[in-house]
Amino acid sequence: MIKQHYQSIIVQTICSLLIPFIQLFALYVIIHGHYGPGGGFQGGVLLAVSIILQRLYLGTGIAHQKFPPKLALALGAIGMLIFCLAGIVPMAFGGAFLDYGNLPLFWIHGAELRAAGILIVEIGIGLAVFGALVLIFDSLAGERW
Amino acid sequence: MVVIDLFLSRYVYFMIVVLLAIGIYGMLGKRNLMKKLIGMNIFQTAIFLFFIEGATKAGGSVPVIDEMLGMEAAKYINPLPHVLILTGIVVGLSLTGVALAFLLRIYNAYKTLDDKAIMANMKESSE
Amino acid sequence: MRWFNALIMLLFVALMLYATVDLPDHADPQSPANTHVSPTYIENSVKDTHTPNIVTAVLADYRGYDTLGETMVIFTAGLACVLILMKRKER
Repeated sequence: MIKQHYQSIIVQTICSLLIPFIQLFALYVIIHGHYGPGGGFQGGVLLAVSIILQRLYLGTGIAHQKFPPKLALALGAIGMLIFCLAGIVPMAFGGAFLDYGNLPLFWIHGAELRAAGILIVEIGIGLAVFGALVLIFDSLAGERW
Repeated sequence: MVVIDLFLSRYVYFMIVVLLAIGIYGMLGKRNLMKKLIGMNIFQTAIFLFFIEGATKAGGSVPVIDEMLGMEAAKYINPLPHVLILTGIVVGLSLTGVALAFLLRIYNAYKTLDDKAIMANMKESSE
Repeated sequence: MRWFNALIMLLFVALMLYATVDLPDHADPQSPANTHVSPTYIENSVKDTHTPNIVTAVLADYRGYDTLGETMVIFTAGLACVLILMKRKER
């Protein structure tokens, strides 16, 4: 259990400045995964790292109020749900499992619909990896349910 | 000369074999469970490097389609090992997390991570 | 015991070095892994999925089942960490 916040004004200032930029970069990595290096796994890990950095410099007392561990479990489960729904919903519209060409987004057609399906799946993967990593860190750092 | 040619075309594999040997030594020779876990991670990394090494092509670019380069398969390196290793890295990460949780519980129960001491303790408590 | 470990490691290294003789050369474009199925992915990914990054296209579209199972693995690992380290009642 990391009880106290870090007793150094430099570390506190740099960390609090850095965290929004890490989260912004994580969103960029997830969204830009179609056109460059990146994707759900990498972006999810970056998001988790920003939360873990917050836990490290603030101590678990304040950081658990800012981002409770149960929220990480809920976000991970929502990510898994998004992925499974992206697999199951096309089956209701006449396709196979995980066949993004049959997603019910009627204003997009053909190959671009598959790109939209890939984006939905990447967001689900990112949330699931984020939740799982924060859960692993919290339970290893002494949070007992 | 044949030996030198063989070495120059396969030196990456030799480095990977060295990493594999370090990992095997960590898993077999060390008695601390934490060091065994580190050895397993080194072994994993060597296998990832082996796959990525198999993906390279001479004169190939990164596997993102660029309209200036065209669509021919010879212009881009093989994307398939990258995908497999991306999933492999994440599975290795979750494996490390669960293994660390088990190590914490073992340490709380036996107050040591030495495998001989743990075995002796288990034998004592079962008798 | 130490000598036994050293012998096993020497055998392992010798076996692996013997196996590298049959492997393809470094960066060989004609190696079996580079000619079997990957040209199909490279040539068709933009046409099929409008995604220039082939790794993302293969990860999320062509091999979606793989990624589904693997996301499940990491989420289950997070749950397992919580459950292993949970508070227990003393019996």
